[in-house]
Amino acid sequence: MSLTELTIADAASGLRARQFSAVELVRAHVDAIDALNPRLNAYITPTREAALKAAQQADEVLARGEARSLTGIPLGIKDLFCTNGVRTTAASNILRNFVPPYESTVTANLLRDGAVFVGKTNLDEFAMGSANITSAFGPVENPWKRNGDDAALVPGGSSGGSAAAVAAGLAMGATGTDTGGSIRQPAAYCGIVGLKPTYGRCSRFGTIAYASSLDQAGPMARSVRDCAIMLQSMAGFDERDSTSVNCDVPDYSAAIGRSLKGLKVGIPAEYRAEGLSAEIGAAWQQGIAWLKAAGCEIVDVSLPHTKYGLATYYIVAPAECSSNLARYDGLRFGERVPGDTLDAMYEATRRAGFGPEVRRRIMMGTYVLSAGYYDAYYLKAQKVRTLIRRDFTEAFQKVDVLLTPTAPTPAFVQGEQSDDPVQMYLNDIFTVPASMAGMPAMSVPVGLGATGLPLGLQLIGRPFDEETLLATGSALEQAAGFTHRPAIRAEAAK
Amino acid sequence: MSLDPATVRRIARLARIGIDESDVPALQGELNGILGWVEQLNEVDVEGVTPMVGTGHAALRTRPDVVTDGNCRDAVLSNAPDAVGPFYTVPKVVE
Repeated sequence: MSLTELTIADAASGLRARQFSAVELVRAHVDAIDALNPRLNAYITPTREAALKAAQQADEVLARGEARSLTGIPLGIKDLFCTNGVRTTAASNILRNFVPPYESTVTANLLRDGAVFVGKTNLDEFAMGSANITSAFGPVENPWKRNGDDAALVPGGSSGGSAAAVAAGLAMGATGTDTGGSIRQPAAYCGIVGLKPTYGRCSRFGTIAYASSLDQAGPMARSVRDCAIMLQSMAGFDERDSTSVNCDVPDYSAAIGRSLKGLKVGIPAEYRAEGLSAEIGAAWQQGIAWLKAAGCEIVDVSLPHTKYGLATYYIVAPAECSSNLARYDGLRFGERVPGDTLDAMYEATRRAGFGPEVRRRIMMGTYVLSAGYYDAYYLKAQKVRTLIRRDFTEAFQKVDVLLTPTAPTPAFVQGEQSDDPVQMYLNDIFTVPASMAGMPAMSVPVGLGATGLPLGLQLIGRPFDEETLLATGSALEQAAGFTHRPAIRAEAAK
Repeated sequence: MSLDPATVRRIARLARIGIDESDVPALQGELNGILGWVEQLNEVDVEGVTPMVGTGHAALRTRPDVVTDGNCRDAVLSNAPDAVGPFYTVPKVVE
């Protein structure tokens, strides 16, 4: 099998058995990036030379028999994680030349375990978007194609570059961040697995902030087991993040293949929403049947405040974003546009540095936090957020895990939905509620739709029960036998 | 609630985002579209509900009040768009 088609688990075994070297493995991936990135634009900053050097060191570690879980494994890093000495842009002009003098905790953990970073992946600007079309470095193309149609599809967002890179074989896995669905929705659109851990499971230190009460890092990979391997490395307590939770990190891989006999799987009625495509509805039914066959008990549940998740999100997230992005003032870092006065400098800098979606969200957030409107919008949304979380807490008294679609439709054509912001926000209708509640959730590809595009199902679990997600996800993965690969990928480009 | 042009200008000013007069109508339309859509939250009865300020998984921790970082002035200044010696520069703010 080609090196760009392997799973992380198989590549780690192959490296230990000396079937191939880390240099060969990494070279196959950086060559694939050279060949395909001009088209896909999945990477903002490929780091070819640094990756090849790190691969040489990985081979030395392997030769000494000191390999760790990810030694020599080529990964893509969403360009929202600060990487020491490597430009980190958040896909924004305001950080176009920002070179962090420190490493985020998540990437430091991956480096500790031997991972080789092949580049910084594209995203929606400051992770604000659902189609990876707001990047200041241009849109990402989804490597999948509709049957007989070469139209460029969106990879989803905001972790669209990570999803496209993993799907196309330009990385074996990648980091993502998820604020309202930014790992799960692109994973579904690109036919890969994406896991958003419980809020507090992975440190936010060194991850450029969008909405701090929602942002959470997680793995994206081509198998459930690979996500478990990556999460094992990424997760853990960090004193430098005040919302990091100090609880043990279990052996995630041990959950793969665990018996599901007697597991109670909830099917929330409210996810049979308007706008759910027939093919995704059918995939959901198929998923229910597979889990039943695996010994699960299927239970109908209700999450009555589901429909208010998005509206709540679009108050809370912009409010936090307007506060977080106040730091981009043209003084301490980022690009500066001169002005006669301090305020004129701020205004010119932020107008030039931020794209339209980011400016819109900052303004929305500024408004809902402003005197006279705070109670009507922000406080109200925080109260509805309590009710959304309560829905999940009550459901998890009856069931162990929830099964829903990840997104209402498969990937759509670039430019198809971009005119109306509200229409674009609706792509996240099924992913936002778990984010609002801080619950862990995962998207698993389960099949192809009528036009040949991948369809994903979402599992939502109890706080800090990523193991049940991985166990249930691996059962879905096995039943689905999803081995489809996109039209544009490293192996096919040879 | 519907935003008028003056409010759009005021929000932009509060957010320190420069806008041209020609930007106002489009921004007004987009922001009003979003605000009209979030009005649906008015249907929800939140009487007596406590606002959620975090996910509640972690209690705020205390730590010893000691210096844990520092002596990295050059690293801190390394991304400044404009610096003079060990200082950031700003436009003149005192007349």
